[in-house]
Amino acid sequence: MRTIDIGDIDDMALGATLLGTGGGGDPYIAKLMVKQAIETYGPIRVVDPNDLPQDGLVMTSAVIGAPTVILEKIPSGTEFIAAIKAMARYKGQDPVALMAIEAGGMNTLVPLAIAGELGLPVIDADSMRRAFPQIEMTTFTLAGISAAPLAVADEKGNLCIFETTTNQVAETLARGAVITLGLANAITCYTMTAAQVAKHGIHGSMTYCMDLGHHLAAVQRGEAGAFETFLAFAEAKHVFSGKIVDIDRRTTKGFARGTVILEHITDPARTMRIEIQNEYLIAFENDVPVITVPDLISMLDHETATPITTETLAYGQRLDVIGMPCAPEWHQPGMLDLVGPRAFGYDLDYVPFGDKA
Amino acid sequence: MNSNLRLGIDVGGTNTDAVVVDGTGAVLATVKVPTTPEPLDGIRSAIEGVVGTVDRTRITQAMLGTTHPANAIIQRRGLDRVGILRLAAPGSFSVKPGSAWPADLRAAIMGPTMIAHGGFEYDGREIAPLDPEEIKRFAGECAGNVKAIAISCAFSPANFDHEFRAEEILRAELGDSVAISLSHQVGSLGLLEREDATALNAALLSVSNAVVTGLAKALTDNHLDVTAYLTQNDGTLMGAEQAVKFPILTVGSGPTNSMRGACALAGLQDALVIDVGGTSSDVGILVNGFPRESATAVEVGGVRTNFRMPDLISIGLGGGTIVRGEGADVKVGPDSVGYRVVTEALITGGSTPTLSDVSTKGGRLSGFGDASRLGGMSEATTAAALAWVDERIQTLCDRMKASRQALPLIAVGGGSHLVAKHVPGVSEVITPDHFAVANAFGAAIAEASGEIDRVYRYEVMKREECLEDAKRLATEAAVRAGADPAQVRITSLAEVPMTYVPGSGCRVLVKAAGPLAVAG
Repeated sequence: MRTIDIGDIDDMALGATLLGTGGGGDPYIAKLMVKQAIETYGPIRVVDPNDLPQDGLVMTSAVIGAPTVILEKIPSGTEFIAAIKAMARYKGQDPVALMAIEAGGMNTLVPLAIAGELGLPVIDADSMRRAFPQIEMTTFTLAGISAAPLAVADEKGNLCIFETTTNQVAETLARGAVITLGLANAITCYTMTAAQVAKHGIHGSMTYCMDLGHHLAAVQRGEAGAFETFLAFAEAKHVFSGKIVDIDRRTTKGFARGTVILEHITDPARTMRIEIQNEYLIAFENDVPVITVPDLISMLDHETATPITTETLAYGQRLDVIGMPCAPEWHQPGMLDLVGPRAFGYDLDYVPFGDKA
Repeated sequence: MNSNLRLGIDVGGTNTDAVVVDGTGAVLATVKVPTTPEPLDGIRSAIEGVVGTVDRTRITQAMLGTTHPANAIIQRRGLDRVGILRLAAPGSFSVKPGSAWPADLRAAIMGPTMIAHGGFEYDGREIAPLDPEEIKRFAGECAGNVKAIAISCAFSPANFDHEFRAEEILRAELGDSVAISLSHQVGSLGLLEREDATALNAALLSVSNAVVTGLAKALTDNHLDVTAYLTQNDGTLMGAEQAVKFPILTVGSGPTNSMRGACALAGLQDALVIDVGGTSSDVGILVNGFPRESATAVEVGGVRTNFRMPDLISIGLGGGTIVRGEGADVKVGPDSVGYRVVTEALITGGSTPTLSDVSTKGGRLSGFGDASRLGGMSEATTAAALAWVDERIQTLCDRMKASRQALPLIAVGGGSHLVAKHVPGVSEVITPDHFAVANAFGAAIAEASGEIDRVYRYEVMKREECLEDAKRLATEAAVRAGADPAQVRITSLAEVPMTYVPGSGCRVLVKAAGPLAVAG
């Protein structure tokens, strides 16, 4: 067991921003939520799923909505508790631990912010180890685990519980509910036993996220050799240093999409094009795909090594593009249908990234 | 062309500068005096120095750029205690007001805080109705304890109603005994950043009052009957009566004035600007006459804000940068003797080799100190140190440029002699006349502006109509700020689609600016 204290939260948030691959919501607000919670309730216990009673229930807790709205509509805290309590009533059983659905973006930190008030530990696992835009894009879906029942709550006392036939329908229903409830809501789904988490979750995600942030913070401080250490830890590669020469953002009927084009800092013959749907999904160098979803694309500010989110991309920014292989737990039958390039509408094959590819 | 003159004043850490320019932007007079411990003394003597040689009756406008408010925040000095009222309950309790502040700032300014019922959803519905009794209770907690109150409210940039009504209730309870700052008038989307900026603004009201009153007195003492303005972070103007209420909007104006002033002195709209001081150099880029803005959050006094500030890269390279070692093994900086270069450099009789010595030996700097003191400095050392300087400046310029196209580089600041005549990737290096007072000139030529930042839903109103609406609102705001309606133009427009929401919600940011309308 490990505990997470206030001093760990900056690293954790930095790691979460990186794993957000440009999306997942800026963890700044979630970071302040966790700090306030730790000041009130003390440090948070992080446990391995194998160390819990195996038939005990694990519940997830996350923000669902639009990051732009959450900037204004800061969570109350009560909506998360309401969703979890509703789920416990529905199941007739209290949870033994909380879990992050995604270790990537602001939702990495949400369970940490409410675990203290509930007196629960947070499990050191998740189901993405990056950010994805839809509820069904988890290793749990690959294992046939249902996201339903799902509870969606607001801070005023409005709450709904859905039973669904597929995790894709769960996504659609939840998204429809939050449009009505203010686009800054709490969701609890994928309620399962600790044994199921142990078998089908991505292990060590929370500590991985914190350690990743720790290594990136050393890069930001300019420590000698820190960049190499960071890359080695993440099994990542630096693929491009460039300057943004074009950004095209499109609001379509679906999610926010866009394309960003970088010209190499020293070699004008090299360009990189990155396709965006909330997150960075595909990186092409001179039209050849080099990083493809579900592998991770991160962009770091060239001067400060700050991870740059899709919302803050700007013409002229100088960025380093980093590729990271996705968590090994993803590599199982069904992965490409669920989260491969074609699942996002790109007519191209997955190109495994990294040394182990 | 009108015959009106403008007076530009810049209060920096070391010097207070003033210039007088005519309607064509020609410089008629300049002066540089030391910044005084009581900065208004420096302002008064700078004005006195600069208006002596011109017909002061022709001066109709005075523009001040000052570091007063920024220094007050950084030094936690002269700040007022502030109560913070946030209208967002039952939301937002998971992050309370002031959560992200450094402890010393909390100690210096934080008074009572309350999260009260109110605020709006993204689609305009109320989160909760205002509860006047709750706000009256907050007024009771503030009475006698604070000099100012900051009011923030969820989605107030889109709907100001609750902030105005809460202000009315507090005003009825507290009268004029407290000043009140409203967040929608201070910041853009991002409740926490806007609330923090509003609290800092409220804490600065005594400081800004002293500055504006002092400026008015300095002008009157010099028999100037003019309209007074202060320059804002984005390089545009705010009338003095507005500046009293919104000091936080002026805290980043220094670098902006410097860059805009340098560019205008060189007669350019698009250029790189390097400001080489005693300790460090800043490089920025101007596009259409305005500095490109940084996309990352800017901290003011340890607090994250959502102000957009110029995108600058700074490195430790200045006239006072210390040079160690010999020949090819020479090591430059990163430390500097700073302003003590006037006594500690070799050429000024000191014993520390600096880049000013190297620049003199290499023939780039003349007329400063005594070159004959450099007998001990070898040609190899000079060449190696200057090669380091040239390489650093070239890299900085390359990093700042958005495209491969060569741009002019404008070199300003006391250490600008260090910039070589030819820099690879730069079309020409320009050191404009009067570059030493670029900041004050930047203030004198500043325009009036207006901006808006809101979320539109393109399924409710067509995208083109939304953009037209946003442009109209920004233009109207610029005209309200004093811009000539005939000359106001849109200077930037950004659309940021909302992520993770099906549909077509879009955040639209528009800025408009134009020259000041000439008073009849």
